[in-house]
Amino acid sequence: MARSDVQLMLEAKAGNDASFEHLLQRYRTPLVNFLYRMVRDSATAEDLAQEVFLRVYRARHGYEASAKFTTWLFRIATNLALNRIRDTRYRLMEVSLDATSTEDDAPAMELPARELRVDQILIAEDRTVIIRRAVDALPEKQRIAVLLHKYEDMDYCEIAKVLECSEAALKSLLFRAYETLRVQLAPLVGLAASPVPAIPAEAGKRRLS
Amino acid sequence: MKYEMNCERISESLIPYLDGRASAAEQREVEAHASVCAACKTRIEEFRRLSVVLEEVPRMEPSGAFDARVRQAIAAEPRAGWFGWLVPAPRFAFALVCLLLLSVWTSRIEPNVSEATAGATQSEQDFRLIKDLDVLENYDVVKNFDALSELPVAQQTQTRTDSNQNEDQNGHI
Repeated sequence: MARSDVQLMLEAKAGNDASFEHLLQRYRTPLVNFLYRMVRDSATAEDLAQEVFLRVYRARHGYEASAKFTTWLFRIATNLALNRIRDTRYRLMEVSLDATSTEDDAPAMELPARELRVDQILIAEDRTVIIRRAVDALPEKQRIAVLLHKYEDMDYCEIAKVLECSEAALKSLLFRAYETLRVQLAPLVGLAASPVPAIPAEAGKRRLS
Repeated sequence: MKYEMNCERISESLIPYLDGRASAAEQREVEAHASVCAACKTRIEEFRRLSVVLEEVPRMEPSGAFDARVRQAIAAEPRAGWFGWLVPAPRFAFALVCLLLLSVWTSRIEPNVSEATAGATQSEQDFRLIKDLDVLENYDVVKNFDALSELPVAQQTQTRTDSNQNEDQNGHI
């Protein structure tokens, strides 16, 4: 029977590096994937994942079994990724301030127009690129919520802890995120001849605590 | 209190419903609303399709060098040594070090304090001696010390001055 994360972490705390190696093997792929989806660069994602594992290793002596390991792991990963994104954005802003071009006027992302048919989009761009761009264009919290919910299959309670909000707020956040994606990716998911209007964002919006 | 499901309220229940994590009551409400609202029925189906579409994005596998780099970084971390037992309680260790430093500092500072006190006492005695020097050197005062011992110092000084004046007057006579 496989040992639980908590058990492995407690063994690592007691000085067993082999148990930490088990945790590394268990979470290397989900962690690198999550970070890659956040920062969109494989080398940066691996650097950040290494830093996450190092931080967990350094903090092993203070580990308390009360906290779920994955919540802790992805919370560190989320903070590191957000810091990296903000640093990069800041550097890009500095570059764009120095530049004389008028690229600022261009949209940050080109999303397919709703009228485009799927075959046209396929000619224009790969489907996966379109999907990635749509997810990347979500507001920060919505994006993290979708990545943890859809790709890491974490439960609401865990995601809410990573995002520091209530479960009810998280459900609304996820609804708004998927509603945006449904509209943006309508050429890929649309059923109706005339599109189903999006529910106004305010309707499903809860105050994040 | 029972709320009637509508297009706005569905936002709170739709994700748990699609995940199969909604309560039985929530599930019934969503299904009842979808049976009378064509837009929400389509929305639910499009959400299901969206879930499949999002899975088209391939997962990436970490490079072969990744594990080696993490292991190398962990191996470079300092190991717990003789004082490793202090690491689980860093606050206790810090408090212990502070206490030790404080006790060393206090033990070093104590002799200085007593020396300073002793020095101050000596100076005080010297000052009193100098203050009373003219009284002590006065022969008449010392001679009649028994009678004057009850008088305060200021009066003793005054008495000494008076007796000097008397001596001068006697001399003149």
